[in-house]
Amino acid sequence: MTANGIGVPVRRKEDFRFITGQGQYTDDVVRPGETRAVFVRSPHAHAKIRKIDVAAAKAMPGVVDVLTGAQLAGDKVGNLICGWMIHSKDGTPMKMAPHPALAATTVNHVGDAVAVVIAETTAQGKDAAEKVVVDYEVLPAVVDPSKAQAKGTPQIHPDVPDNTIYQWHLGDQKAVEAAFKAAKHITKLDIVNNRLVPNAMEPRAALADYDAGNDSLTLWNTSQNPHVARLVISAFVGIAPEHKLRVIAPDVGGGFGSKIFIYPEEVVCLWASRKVKRPVKWTSERSEAFLTDAHGRDHVTHAELALDSNGKILALRARTIANLGAYMSTFSSSVPTYLYATLLSGQYDIPQIYCEVDAVYTNTVPVDAYRGAGRPEATFVVERLVEVAARQLGLDPTDLRKRNFIKNFPHQTPVIMSYDAGDYNASLKKAMELADVKSFGKRKRESARHGKIRGIGYSTYIEACGIAPSQAVGSLGAGVGLWESAEVRVNPTGSVEVLTGTHAHGQGHETTFAQLVSERLGIPFDSVSIVHGDTDKVQFGMGTYGSRSGAVGMSAIVKALDKIEAKAKKVAGFMMEASENDIEFKDGKFTVKGTDKSVGFGDVALNAYIAHKFTGAELEPGLKETSFYDPTNFTFPAGCHICEVEIDQETGKTDIVNWVAVDDFGTVINPMIVEGQVHGGIAQGVGQALLEGAVYDANGQLVTGSMMDYTMPRAHDLPSFHVGLTETKSPSNPLGIKGCGEAGAIAAPAAVINAITDALGTEDIAMPATANAVWAAMQRTSPKAA
Amino acid sequence: MYNFTFHRPTTVRQAAGLLARNPEGKLLAGGHSLLPVMKQRLAQPSALVDLSQVEGMTGVELKGRSVVIGAMTRHADVAKSDVLKEVLPGLASVPGSIGDPQVRNRGTIGGSIANNDPNADYPAACLGLGATIITNKRRIAADDFFTGMFSTALEDGEIIVKVSFPIAKKAAYEKFKHPASGFALVGVFVSKRGPDIRVAVTGAGSNGVFRVKSFEEALAKRFSPKSIEGMTIPANGMNSDIHATPEYRAHLVGVLAKRALAKATA
Repeated sequence: MTANGIGVPVRRKEDFRFITGQGQYTDDVVRPGETRAVFVRSPHAHAKIRKIDVAAAKAMPGVVDVLTGAQLAGDKVGNLICGWMIHSKDGTPMKMAPHPALAATTVNHVGDAVAVVIAETTAQGKDAAEKVVVDYEVLPAVVDPSKAQAKGTPQIHPDVPDNTIYQWHLGDQKAVEAAFKAAKHITKLDIVNNRLVPNAMEPRAALADYDAGNDSLTLWNTSQNPHVARLVISAFVGIAPEHKLRVIAPDVGGGFGSKIFIYPEEVVCLWASRKVKRPVKWTSERSEAFLTDAHGRDHVTHAELALDSNGKILALRARTIANLGAYMSTFSSSVPTYLYATLLSGQYDIPQIYCEVDAVYTNTVPVDAYRGAGRPEATFVVERLVEVAARQLGLDPTDLRKRNFIKNFPHQTPVIMSYDAGDYNASLKKAMELADVKSFGKRKRESARHGKIRGIGYSTYIEACGIAPSQAVGSLGAGVGLWESAEVRVNPTGSVEVLTGTHAHGQGHETTFAQLVSERLGIPFDSVSIVHGDTDKVQFGMGTYGSRSGAVGMSAIVKALDKIEAKAKKVAGFMMEASENDIEFKDGKFTVKGTDKSVGFGDVALNAYIAHKFTGAELEPGLKETSFYDPTNFTFPAGCHICEVEIDQETGKTDIVNWVAVDDFGTVINPMIVEGQVHGGIAQGVGQALLEGAVYDANGQLVTGSMMDYTMPRAHDLPSFHVGLTETKSPSNPLGIKGCGEAGAIAAPAAVINAITDALGTEDIAMPATANAVWAAMQRTSPKAA
Repeated sequence: MYNFTFHRPTTVRQAAGLLARNPEGKLLAGGHSLLPVMKQRLAQPSALVDLSQVEGMTGVELKGRSVVIGAMTRHADVAKSDVLKEVLPGLASVPGSIGDPQVRNRGTIGGSIANNDPNADYPAACLGLGATIITNKRRIAADDFFTGMFSTALEDGEIIVKVSFPIAKKAAYEKFKHPASGFALVGVFVSKRGPDIRVAVTGAGSNGVFRVKSFEEALAKRFSPKSIEGMTIPANGMNSDIHATPEYRAHLVGVLAKRALAKATA
């Protein structure tokens, strides 16, 4: 191990510029002659556009142009697309309604853009936007996903009857039915997985710059995957061919999934920049973000678990309605299907599973992947069912889990996934020790003396990360391969640049990737730079989401480093007049086996470039290698989170008083960064469980449209976390990494709700479990308790 | 934000004059309620008359059996006033619970009272202590000042200069924070000054801050949490929104009143 190599909690390189205000975000990029885009957005959830009058707006001071959806359609700008094909159980393809970047005929959610003002300043743009007169014919709105398919409900898109995008299923329905018939005990739950607003710290932004001389466009964009953005904008929206479009995602301040997708605003900025022949910038305001960033979750589920008399799980079935909002966002179709139902086996050996998912349109903001994407929803179903089943059977919830844990690997679940490694007992055992579960009874009595009800809840979660083997996801409908690429450029002076197709927006890649390179090449950590987020620099890449950058992105770097080492050995061989087969490489030194002859990495790098010791016929000069890595399987991070709560008997307010997380992420590169990822994930999961929830009224107005009504978790809502690790290495990638970015958000909601329901003695509580909701639940069970 | 003219008077008289000349103008105190709605283009005052440079409008002073607080005194300064902490700690605890550090460093007592947000904390303290609101024209008893949600007895051109709080021997505030905004979902201020017993509630009522006469009568016999044990107020007339039902708010009034009484009598 080198000083800053694998396993060392190195401080993050990137933090200096971030915490000293020197980050370069999209809004910080300024182009000469830049204009500002201000969008005119629908105040109605569902309406026909009768007429748009832009004359008065165009006459306003500072206005460069006012453009409408009709002009966008006239210019044949293509619709935004969803890139993952799902087929219904009857074999028909999903029904994807058109999603124009500016609505021309109908608006389908509050915030749907109908026109854009291009002005010298944002203030002038806003003044002019108020003068755009839109004549709407308001239509009834569809808001509740569980009623979207009902007879008599208005149809949102002309070619999508019953507002039903697909009716998908997975598993063997007959076998599950048979197992339920034979079961001694059945546990049933109705679950609403609440809709969340992502709220990354940096709002979305786009800056498009048209170069008339080359007929090319550059887009600075808050993107988690700039190459995918370029591909979609070129191939489907048709703004410019790929080689005439450069997408740069500079520093990005958080994404949590919401910046994976291709949004109308960047398309409009590109189109408008070409039209007005000036750079066009748009930076979202927080209120706009609430109405336009893709939301997360929003499932309505009925789930059942069948068990025998010994508490052995026989089968699980679930029926889910997934609300995808007004339009199908980029990867929305995959979230409630292959990222959800495939994880319904949890950590358990469940012989039969059947899941049906109906995806529906509603007049709400589109819903897509949000930290965990489908897997938090699956974990919540499984971990609530298991906990409730244990209570109903009079078993300790950890005992029921242990009876059903998968113990032998590889394990093929009935829902596609083949788990390759894990030790679920180990993480449960370690977590129970850290949480001092043995003394819980004592703590509960102590709480009771202070008018508090204490509860304990478990979540033994699993997720599928390292997204993903391309052939596998292709067979499931993905429109792209999910490999990753890396280029390692060794400079003549021995410093190294690594170009990666992943993208960092908070994950600390500049640090962890440099740790890997430092360890492998034996060079100082500070001699390594990580380059990402620019389609003109980086070969190609699929971006960052699904906890894939370590497992997939770093594996590509490892492969490129293997090639660098192989070539460097050849150079060293020429330098020391030895066969490359006799060269050994260790700690940054090339040594001729069995001798004391050695040269350093820096010398070899210089010789590779000056090429004085070999001819071009013998060896190509230079030291730069590219690799594309396609994983052989998903990775399966798993672990056990234990949450302890105290509920104020009088007010219903829940305080989380202890949190233990023991996770198996395989190999850990930087334990400090991993712990930070766990902390952040738990905070978001606790947010979902206790605080957050997007609420629409019956007319489709977002009631929780600002931070005054949408409750983001704050530091005082969270305890100090106790984080531990167990380790079984992933056999599916060279470093044995499993991924850690989403674990907390996946594990946490079930742990919190299991703790609250343990305290209350009722299962009847929905997320977010606000003080009012908990108090109301206490009233229902024992009206006098409070 | 729409355009407006900006004025910075140095005396109350100048401020009143500017307000008279700008009928669509607004006084600017801390600005933490007004500026956000202006930024959202929901308010369009023609002029802002900034009170920050007006002399004699800040500070916390002991005057006989009262504490007098200048209308432009920031929440943070009230919270850290040693005088107040000594003679009326129940009131000193109120501003520390308002908003976040940014709000407390800008927001003022006068601004809060003049705005009379139904979820604001200071109205409960004023009503709960029987304060006197002193304007450039007159003295108004708190009982007459708060006339409904976002509405007060202030007349056009009237400027709050200071607020006088009688020193109550026993006084305390209990607040259940709105989880998102940090305002009072429900806040209860209780006090006892000789025979004057007050229980004032903010956040709960659909008509703004109010007194709970039934609690006050029960407490007249003995100023103790036990005196209102088991007592409730009707859910009728309570606010209802996505954060709390009227029943829950009514319930919290009882819980918080007891807790405030426990604190005041500790």
